[in-house]
Amino acid sequence: MNAPAQSIRPHGPSAISLGSRFGAMLRRHTIGALILLLLAFVAGIEVARPGTVTPIWISNILLFAAPLGILAAGQTLVMLAGGIDLSVASVATASAYLMATHSSQGGSAAVLWGLGVGLLVGAVNGLGIAVLRVQPLVMTLGTGLMTEGTLIVYSQKLMASAPRVPSFIQSLGSGKVLGGVPIDLFAWIPLGFLVLIGLPRTGLGRLIYAVGDNREACELAGVRVWQVLFADYIMCGLFAAVAGLVIVGGTNAADMSLADVYLLPSVAAAIIGGTSIFGGRGGYAGSVVGALILTVLNSLLTLLDAPEPIRQILYGAIILLLAAAYTRLTD
Amino acid sequence: MSAPEILLAVNGLAKRFGAVVALRDASLELRAGEVQALMGANGAGKSTLVKILTGVFGADGGEITIRGRACRFRSPAEARDAGLVSVYQDPALVPDLTVAQNLRLARAPLDAARQWLTELGIADPDVGAFVRDLPFQTLRLIDLARALASDPSILLIDEITASLPADLSARIFAIVRHWRERGRGVIFISHRMAEVSVLCDRATVLRDGVTVGATETARGSEERIVELMLGYEVARAAADTAPTPGQPYGDAVPALEVNHLRAGRLLQDVSFALHPGEVLGIAALDGQGQEELFDCIAGVRDRDGGEIHSHGALRRFRHPADAIRAGIVLVPANRLQAMLPQRSIRENVALPSYGPLSRWGPIAMRRERGRVENAIRRLQVDTRAESELRRLSGGNQQKVMIARWLASAFKILLCFDPTRGIDIGTKRQIYALLRELAAAGSAVLLFTSELPEIRLACDRVIVLFGGRVVREMSAAEADEATLLRAAHGLVARREDAA
Repeated sequence: MNAPAQSIRPHGPSAISLGSRFGAMLRRHTIGALILLLLAFVAGIEVARPGTVTPIWISNILLFAAPLGILAAGQTLVMLAGGIDLSVASVATASAYLMATHSSQGGSAAVLWGLGVGLLVGAVNGLGIAVLRVQPLVMTLGTGLMTEGTLIVYSQKLMASAPRVPSFIQSLGSGKVLGGVPIDLFAWIPLGFLVLIGLPRTGLGRLIYAVGDNREACELAGVRVWQVLFADYIMCGLFAAVAGLVIVGGTNAADMSLADVYLLPSVAAAIIGGTSIFGGRGGYAGSVVGALILTVLNSLLTLLDAPEPIRQILYGAIILLLAAAYTRLTD
Repeated sequence: MSAPEILLAVNGLAKRFGAVVALRDASLELRAGEVQALMGANGAGKSTLVKILTGVFGADGGEITIRGRACRFRSPAEARDAGLVSVYQDPALVPDLTVAQNLRLARAPLDAARQWLTELGIADPDVGAFVRDLPFQTLRLIDLARALASDPSILLIDEITASLPADLSARIFAIVRHWRERGRGVIFISHRMAEVSVLCDRATVLRDGVTVGATETARGSEERIVELMLGYEVARAAADTAPTPGQPYGDAVPALEVNHLRAGRLLQDVSFALHPGEVLGIAALDGQGQEELFDCIAGVRDRDGGEIHSHGALRRFRHPADAIRAGIVLVPANRLQAMLPQRSIRENVALPSYGPLSRWGPIAMRRERGRVENAIRRLQVDTRAESELRRLSGGNQQKVMIARWLASAFKILLCFDPTRGIDIGTKRQIYALLRELAAAGSAVLLFTSELPEIRLACDRVIVLFGGRVVREMSAAEADEATLLRAAHGLVARREDAA
């Protein structure tokens, strides 16, 4: 529809300010910008404490980032559809605990118990949000509390078999092979690739974005939106359950507040990575870098021996800054 | 005759959004006591120009002078203080506040606004009513009254008559003329050629962000304006969309048969048959049950009574997915309902193909790309801003909504006012496409609020009034006057007595 002959007319004040050109570049390469930020943090650590950044340090960062990365995968999936899942920490804890208390039944049965929790809570979330149309925030807050409470009741009834973390879960959560490659990467990388490739290249992935962008439009286009949301929350629950197994493998003790510290970072990793909390925009690649940034940040604050309140203030400030930057870039 | 004072001069205005150039070189001159039309195809840059003039966007280049003084507005408030106020296509009112609160929000003098509302025919306006409870037409009038209340020296009106009945339009025109008599200026954006030639003194035409000409708007200048808007070749080609004569259908099984359909408060009793290869027009004033009719057939809502048959089988749709599986697809009136604003053209077009559970798996990317490109090429969608649909112009968004169904298979296309607020060139393209689809064997049901357009696209028309069919006629009989009379229920003869 262009008139090509006259469209090429140079105009005097077409010089665009350097700022907006930089903005346009960032808009096109948000992941690149995030990676630069990550590298800046790593450089900051090396400057603050020279000699810290070694292959072992990098391997440890990856080891610690994996459970957060897996949780953030589920969180990203539901956030893209315009939701949020606040039950992921409780699900991860419950998954770890049930796995540990059923370890006497054999490794795979124990793991299935753990994943079963994720499936169940995910399905309940999906039912409430997709079919009964409860607000995701309210629904998952409720199911998270219920999961936690049920777990306490369960642990009190349980006298006989004390929770025991099987050795293969321990090595999953803390082991390394091939001279320093964390074993938990073997869980994170395949799952991560599945999400990374599945979101843009499968029908379900497209629908997750579409539902988050405009639910009514999806209905009009013949999409049964409840099916998409139901599947979405189940996937999130399963990712949380896997993350719980990795976490308990690292701590080797299934206590009742095992995964609590991961809840807000799982949301933060997605937001830092550019996933909109209103849905429809973002992706998992950003969340992966977001999870790495948060892990490195944690490591930096630990190195600096920062007290907990300072840590929280910095954490919050960085998330706010990045969220504000995104809003400016994308609107 | 001394030259009248130049109220507003715009020179070489430029604006880009990322990679998309919205305005390249827009110029305009508004004299005191002049009503000037601003015209152009969708995406030509009219709205961008208005938004720069009223301080919503900053310009990248060019200059604005008001009464010879250079101005640069950083906010709508600054523009208002300089005497420029606009009425937008969609009323800029907060739904959860009352009318009075909205007026206060815009710092419009309440008494003056109330007076203007009375002038506009809302006797005894209830300014305590919540905006969300008021009909769309009233909101437009309130928005206009808000603008008038601040007594601007330059009034910008963007597409205000697009969905207003004739009597209200007439009142608005009276006010516009009043503004002219007081030696002020009005910039009037409209796609309705008839309005422009009656109301405006001159027209400035934009194409692809460049002012391509200004012309007097005496009667007979329409073709000249269309040519300016589209460029010569496109205008010639678009004029060749004469409807084919209607064919007799005899006993052939209709694609769609509706019997005594009833739904909600408005749709009382509607029956008709639609055949493959036919474009059936529906003409009606606002709120005669046409929304409910389309929603029932498309599976958006369930009917309260009556039957819908398609291709000989009785249907009951509980979800749009059911209708789509039966080959019935809907292009709704409001494209915001149907589009994914943050997603790409490609994802918008391909959306319906992922509805069924069996299509949740991996996407055949190359095949999808082929199908999508085919559809958007057929509709000549401007793809400069393809990565987010919200960055496209309204007309191009609407084309994408139609392309979505071209890319999947359908037998019956329901189009609800697909050309509302769309420029004349795009309109002709859409109507030509509907004819083409019908010629290829599809059945098309078309509601349009623009009565003169019925003859361009349809074989046959039914007129709804009070939720019932009051008149059926061939396209040849369906001139604007006849349709308008029937649509107002002013029809005496009706063949069947039932």
